[in-house]
Amino acid sequence: MKTAISTLDVRGVTTVRDALAALRDEERTPIAGATDLFVALNFGTLASRRFLDIWRVDELRGIAVNADALVIGALVTYTDLIRSPIIAARLPMLIEASRLVGGPQIQNRGTIGGNIANASPAGDSLPILAAVDATVVLRSATGERRVGFNEFYSGYRASVRRPDELIVAVEIPAVSGRQWFRKVGTRAAQAISKVVIAGVRDGRAARIALGSVAPTVVRARRTEEALANGASIDDAVEVLRREIVPIDDVRSTAEYRRLVSGNLVRRFWTETR
Amino acid sequence: MTRWVGASVPRKDGIGKATGQARYADDLVFPGMLHGRTIRSTVPRGRVRSVQLDFDPTGFTVVDFHDIPGRNACELIEQDQPFLVERDVRHMAEPIVLLAHEDRERLLAATVDIEYDADTPVFDPLESQGVLKAIDIVKGDVDAALAKADLIVEGTYRTGHQEHVYIEPNGVVAVPEEDGVVVYGSLQCPFYVIKALKSLLGASRHIRVVQTETGGGFGGKEEYPSMIAGHAALLALKSGRPVKIIYDRVEDMVATTKRHPSIVRHRTGVTRDGRLVAMDVEVVLDGGAYVTLSPVVLSRGCIHAAGPYRCDNTRIRGRAMFTNTPPNGAFRGFGAPQTEFAIEVHMERIAETLGMDSVTLRELNALAPGDTTATGQVMRDDCSARLVLDEAVRRTDFRAKRDAYRGSNRAVGLSLFYHGAGFTGGGERTLNSKARLDLTERGVRIAVGSTEIGQGTRTMHAQIVAEAMGIPYEAVEVAQPDTSVVADSGPTVASRTCMVVGKILEECAVEMKTRLGAMSPAEYFAKHGGFSVLRKFEPPDWVEWDDHTYRGDAYATFAWGCDVVELEIDRDTFEVRPIALTAVHEFGRPIHPALARGQIEGGTAQGMGYALLEHVVMRNGAMANAQLTNYIIPTSLDTPEFDVVMLENPYPGGPFGAKGLGELPMDGPAPAVVNALRALALDVREVPATPEHLAECASR
Amino acid sequence: MRFTLNGETREAASPPMSRLLDVLREEFGLTGTKEGCGEGECGACTVLVEGEPVCSCLVPLVQVDGATVQTIEGLGDDHPLQHAFMNEVGAQCGICTPGMIMAALSLGDSPSLDEVKVALAGNLCRCTGYSAIYRAILKVKSP
Repeated sequence: MKTAISTLDVRGVTTVRDALAALRDEERTPIAGATDLFVALNFGTLASRRFLDIWRVDELRGIAVNADALVIGALVTYTDLIRSPIIAARLPMLIEASRLVGGPQIQNRGTIGGNIANASPAGDSLPILAAVDATVVLRSATGERRVGFNEFYSGYRASVRRPDELIVAVEIPAVSGRQWFRKVGTRAAQAISKVVIAGVRDGRAARIALGSVAPTVVRARRTEEALANGASIDDAVEVLRREIVPIDDVRSTAEYRRLVSGNLVRRFWTETR
Repeated sequence: MTRWVGASVPRKDGIGKATGQARYADDLVFPGMLHGRTIRSTVPRGRVRSVQLDFDPTGFTVVDFHDIPGRNACELIEQDQPFLVERDVRHMAEPIVLLAHEDRERLLAATVDIEYDADTPVFDPLESQGVLKAIDIVKGDVDAALAKADLIVEGTYRTGHQEHVYIEPNGVVAVPEEDGVVVYGSLQCPFYVIKALKSLLGASRHIRVVQTETGGGFGGKEEYPSMIAGHAALLALKSGRPVKIIYDRVEDMVATTKRHPSIVRHRTGVTRDGRLVAMDVEVVLDGGAYVTLSPVVLSRGCIHAAGPYRCDNTRIRGRAMFTNTPPNGAFRGFGAPQTEFAIEVHMERIAETLGMDSVTLRELNALAPGDTTATGQVMRDDCSARLVLDEAVRRTDFRAKRDAYRGSNRAVGLSLFYHGAGFTGGGERTLNSKARLDLTERGVRIAVGSTEIGQGTRTMHAQIVAEAMGIPYEAVEVAQPDTSVVADSGPTVASRTCMVVGKILEECAVEMKTRLGAMSPAEYFAKHGGFSVLRKFEPPDWVEWDDHTYRGDAYATFAWGCDVVELEIDRDTFEVRPIALTAVHEFGRPIHPALARGQIEGGTAQGMGYALLEHVVMRNGAMANAQLTNYIIPTSLDTPEFDVVMLENPYPGGPFGAKGLGELPMDGPAPAVVNALRALALDVREVPATPEHLAECASR
Repeated sequence: MRFTLNGETREAASPPMSRLLDVLREEFGLTGTKEGCGEGECGACTVLVEGEPVCSCLVPLVQVDGATVQTIEGLGDDHPLQHAFMNEVGAQCGICTPGMIMAALSLGDSPSLDEVKVALAGNLCRCTGYSAIYRAILKVKSP
């Protein structure tokens, strides 16, 4: 434990309204499931010293269907998703992904809002949200803002969320076609992804998104376009391999990520025929 | 017919491990206790030019090498490793300054600025000029035999570092006591620690070392604890207060010992019908920056390097090399996992080259009673190479399965291996281990320096004593290893705790029983009071070993194993899923079958991690993936079904026929896995066989 | 910060962003919950918060205000899982055992082997290779 815990300032709130008022008036970092908080503090990737604990804002815990769109509250945990019949019916690939996040302890605390806000290039739910053209719902004391998921990230671990805004929900329009998800982790459980892919296919129209192969989650639009225009899957895989920018890191290599991403996109295409 | 030995009796540990009551090092709290911290080098090689404390010193205790009353050398085989750097830095994370403070936040916030004159480090053992140790084992005339061989098969095999990942990191608490200090700690060898402390602090001090409940060791707490104990003791003596040093996981992984990486080159002469006629082996180990235990790791590795096979002409040349990395050290298997990986994969390649069934190749060449090993040791009836091989092949229907899987994404692989129990050659004689039994009002108390680190020492020793004395198991208790109380039984390593220390205890028990006559312990105690029996180890008189020529009986006995692993590969991602593993092991006989099974399953899982998952990424001479998120050990979903078969072939020199077991399971999985991968047409010759490496093999 | 710890209401004086793990071990002297990694990877620090297993090395004290927390000490010393772990050798060195038991508490009746594996996927063991842990749990839960 390297960071001086006693110097950290935290306020707890129980309503969205109080949360937004706090964010309007002070610079604070919202914390929810906190599954990455202490790790980030210890490794120096989080400089904040002032926090807003929103874990008790129960308004943000719902899963509902609103005019055929799925609305998932920001504080919905991976366990909540796994247990939800609504998600099972409408977005089963999100359940697949949730089962692969950490182990039960992490699933019980990690939230979808946290996964979005943390903005890790390896976030497991992010390719799913990108592939289904989700909308991030942001709220501040001055109002509500909706940002398309694929416009949400501006760079490595950076998003367009303003410091006074809170992610309150993510909305997913009805998904037609077949859903497909695959995570290649460092081992079978409790693993950070080396490559993570989500895909939706409706006839020849595909929506494909990948994580861990670029500074942010990637929607493989050029690959999608190639497929829509009738390219063979082999040609499309070549486009995909040029569309991503994986790196070497302590977990894996650029070469492996590039190879495997292509293989998995091919598998997606074959399995969703 | 035995009553206690051979039964899975209730364990002597009580229920404390499962209730949270068992006390590990970090659970200990003392009044006035300070926390300790180690300031470490940030260059892999160079000299310290200046050290500046950049914090308000109020409440701090600061120690550097000037504070060392005795010798600044961590006593082990050589005295080359300092407790604290004086000037020369030889690896990253080398300890330089120690700090202690009551407030952990202030302790961790303190900055120490150190300036270095950096030198060019050497990281590749093949490029290093520094030979730490050289060993040559020669039998027959290898060069002549190679010249006459029908065929020569060559190959180079590599293994990487492996980190122990005991779930409890290293930690100690040093408490000033009388005119000296007592150190409580997570450790395997309390008498190694007290020896090191006496040298560091001066022998006139009163020093005591007590082992706390220890959360895993695997060799990682064999020699390293001397270093952390020395640090805590220095801080405790200077401050006059108890000092606790507990490493967090990152520090533990970066700074403490790991398994030696190896490069092993084989040149093997064979006849066309598959007999081994010449084996020329070169073994290179990366020792890291200081000697520590590398000479012995090299020794064991070289002795096992020719595998459990018969060959009249064998030459094994071993070198441990210095590099500017944190010293590597003891890890379950101790050189044998590395060299047995190489020979077993090489055997597979010999079979491939000859167009021969690799099981048949092993059947033809496996050691049998009457054969000699590379050191000229004659195998006796306790040689079970064919026993374990035949049973494993039969039980898994290996040949049929292998043929059925050909061309699919599944494969089976096999490895045959052995492990010498106890210290090499004259080592046990030199150790001169002792065991003591005390008759007390409660019954009989075992007073040995052997430590319980999860493998079942307390229980197994109590079973042996109860059996040998013919008294109830419940009447036997085990003293906590405290150097002021127990006998020096040597270190808890080398698969010797049952076979060697258990044997001395058996003899103590027989002597005590004779003295008790017809009386029970309680009756005798009531009438005559207590007494103790102290005995030392008597190695079998037929063991002959020459340390100069490296010839003779390397070990009093060997344990034997054959592993068959079944796995499946995903051809798109190169992820490997182990499906099943059959382990046929012969280790004399189990004293406690459930504990023995635990050693086999646990060691095998650790070997599976070594084979597939555990990759130490080194950058600038230090571990760059030093978090459990990034150094991957198997989870519950990564380990296959284990089918464990324990064959018996009693060894007369061991207690009730038992041999050593703890390390044997580590030697088999990596080559079995790689041999299965080879059956999938992947030319793998190294571990870890990560998906990245397999993808690369597939592209060739 | 007030919360229910092993059935009793307790008041915690530690700073609000303290890790629950440190509060349990240091302020309340309940050292049965262990630190193995500090990153939420090993599960040795598993406790139940509101009946669900979580890594206490990741939970800030402020988040258990008013909540129920159960540690291994809350099970006493006579729970069938505790006996099973010792008798079936599900515990070797024992450092992962409290976390394993706390994670196993979330299993319903008669779990399958796969369900046990998934429930323990967030708990690392280095000694046993997991098989004996499954045997211990199944002996109690699916006899």
